[in-house]
Amino acid sequence: MRFAAEFRSESRAAAIADAIKRCATKSWRIMEVCGGQTHTIMQYGLQDLLPEKIELLHGPGCPVCVTGLDLIDKAIAIAARSDVIFCSYGDMLRVPGSSQDLNDVKAAGADVRVVYSPLDCLRIARENREKKVVFLAIGFETTAPANAMAVKQAKQQQLENFFLLCSHVTVPPVIEGLLRSQDNVVQAFLGPGHVCSVMGFRQYERVSQTYKIPIVITGFEPLDILDGIYKAVVQLEESRYCVENQYKRVVERNGNAPAQKVMEEVFEVCDQNWRGLGVIAQSGLRLNESYRRYDAENVFHVKTQPVEIVSPCISAEVLKGLKKPHDCPAFGKECTPEHPLGATMVSSEGACAAYFRYRRFEDEK
Amino acid sequence: MKNNDHMSDNESKFEMSSFCPVQDRQTGFIKLGHGSGGRMTDQLISEIFQPVLNEQHLNEKEDAAVLHLSSDKIAFTTDSYVVSPLIFPGGDIGSLSVHGTVNDLSMRGARPLYLSAAFTLEEGLECKLLDRVVSSMKRACLECNVHLVAADTKVVNRGGCDKLFITTSGVGLVESKHVPSANKAKAGDSIILSGDVGRHGMAIMAARENIDLECTFESDSAPLIDLSRNLLRLEDALHTMRDITRGGLASVLNEIAVASNIGIELKEGAIPVISEVKAVCEILGLDPLYVACEGRMIAIVSSEKEKEALELMRAASQGEGATVIGRVVEDHKRKVVLRSLIGGRRIVDKLSGEQLPRIC
Repeated sequence: MRFAAEFRSESRAAAIADAIKRCATKSWRIMEVCGGQTHTIMQYGLQDLLPEKIELLHGPGCPVCVTGLDLIDKAIAIAARSDVIFCSYGDMLRVPGSSQDLNDVKAAGADVRVVYSPLDCLRIARENREKKVVFLAIGFETTAPANAMAVKQAKQQQLENFFLLCSHVTVPPVIEGLLRSQDNVVQAFLGPGHVCSVMGFRQYERVSQTYKIPIVITGFEPLDILDGIYKAVVQLEESRYCVENQYKRVVERNGNAPAQKVMEEVFEVCDQNWRGLGVIAQSGLRLNESYRRYDAENVFHVKTQPVEIVSPCISAEVLKGLKKPHDCPAFGKECTPEHPLGATMVSSEGACAAYFRYRRFEDEK
Repeated sequence: MKNNDHMSDNESKFEMSSFCPVQDRQTGFIKLGHGSGGRMTDQLISEIFQPVLNEQHLNEKEDAAVLHLSSDKIAFTTDSYVVSPLIFPGGDIGSLSVHGTVNDLSMRGARPLYLSAAFTLEEGLECKLLDRVVSSMKRACLECNVHLVAADTKVVNRGGCDKLFITTSGVGLVESKHVPSANKAKAGDSIILSGDVGRHGMAIMAARENIDLECTFESDSAPLIDLSRNLLRLEDALHTMRDITRGGLASVLNEIAVASNIGIELKEGAIPVISEVKAVCEILGLDPLYVACEGRMIAIVSSEKEKEALELMRAASQGEGATVIGRVVEDHKRKVVLRSLIGGRRIVDKLSGEQLPRIC
């Protein structure tokens, strides 16, 4: 079996890195949108291959990181109930709310289960009719179709004990927010490959034209990312801006029509609270009128207190690409993956956690 | 199983018995009474543990085994086994509880001799399963040439443990003058891995019911006695031996970097991982460097003896795939730095908690 090896070849990586070096005459700041891309960059040490002129900024596309503190608190409160089986993707279990995480309530006796697909929750709901089964539905447009499908199937199967605690976010509004802000420093984007596999990239064509910025829809293997950077640098050097599709083996311009259809059927657009960035208008998805009875927030009426956390954390600036993790006085001291003070230290796809985990040898240079 | 011969005897004995503790080794269940210390306990021991294990010291039913050793330098270790599921592709909790403890002794250059085993049984455990696990322990003991000389059984209420936990302790004889240690790695040393990593952890994960993955590979659970015995021939050129268990290769190397106060440099491309393990890790968002093994080890040797060490390892059982994966360095003390497949560098840190699958 050949396994992605052709996208991890040292000689090809060196060839693309060389092409980037020859092409770049000026300094450029390029933001990769996705947490998955940040993870690849760190895991393979891609920065070591790039010329100093190219600065990578790590964008807001880690769904675990940007999920609002208030939602995590709600999840914890619901999970702690004795009549609930609470299901989640694994990496949400360690995300700290204002005082606890889901692992804490699990240890205290709550029934918290890691699932790999929201459809698994339907089976759990069928097998445990006396319990309320709640799935923590977070993520970008990549996870939204499967979550929508789970709710749709629950309705078809007349499952009355399955609910979503829903906090979906969407990419275009947050990158438009970055571009509109006074202090924007991003000169080109590596677009979110998997989000575009669902949504296509027509929305990004509008963003690119409106803000005159190159966007390269990019994959997640090391060679994908180097190729994406190369394509962005070529546009920047030629003073061009358009959407290019580096991730052709997965992404089509119109995306995945059935996935979009089920999302439209189940969700509606809403304002959303992003951890580290605050409320962004029209940047979220919630269950629409016909599916509202599956909304855990309506069923459990959990009230959480808004929490004011005073800390030296600079994650908002990190998410905007204005600062690097090690610019923060708390980085690696008060703030670690075990005790994150802000969004970007929460998941390994967040910039601070990735720097902490993969790049601390730089401190000692 | 060679116990089939005993079966008809047992069955007839049970029929005559009025309290019928195990009923039938194939269909019975463990009850709280089996941990009472009374007649049901006696019968559990005489029906399952004694005939299967058939160890002289156990048969004597004394409070402690009295052992004679030919040297006053011994290695002594203990470990608990709580694996779920109890039976997995390539092994079970019984063989694992022997291999794990035998391997810990071997890594200090000891020749494993004696084991003890404590069994915590959950009320309702199938006797058939217990019989299978104990039989597997016996086979592993024969394979490792060790004797189980002390054992204990407790039964806890349903929900008090997860079916069956086993704790084994082991004693081994240290015959070599040079005892390898995690704090003896020196700058310039070669780091040798005995074979591909990650099979045990991923085989267990795939065998769990909540993941729908069919895997054809098996756990790497195996004794490392042969490997360590061969490596000891290097005498003082052998600095460190460590078996890779939970936390995977990354955790073991971090422990050595800290204990020896040195840096470690790894080449990602040199670390063998079979393609199926890579694929399952990729699907679940896990890093194979952190996935558990149960029959793999790291040897750290003087670089001038690297070739000889490789030959010794490859000649040993479980060492056919031995390969150099990196070096000990003066730089970045107490840190493990990996040169990635495409030539970049990154830290290989200790895990901060359990390795959790990523969302996307």
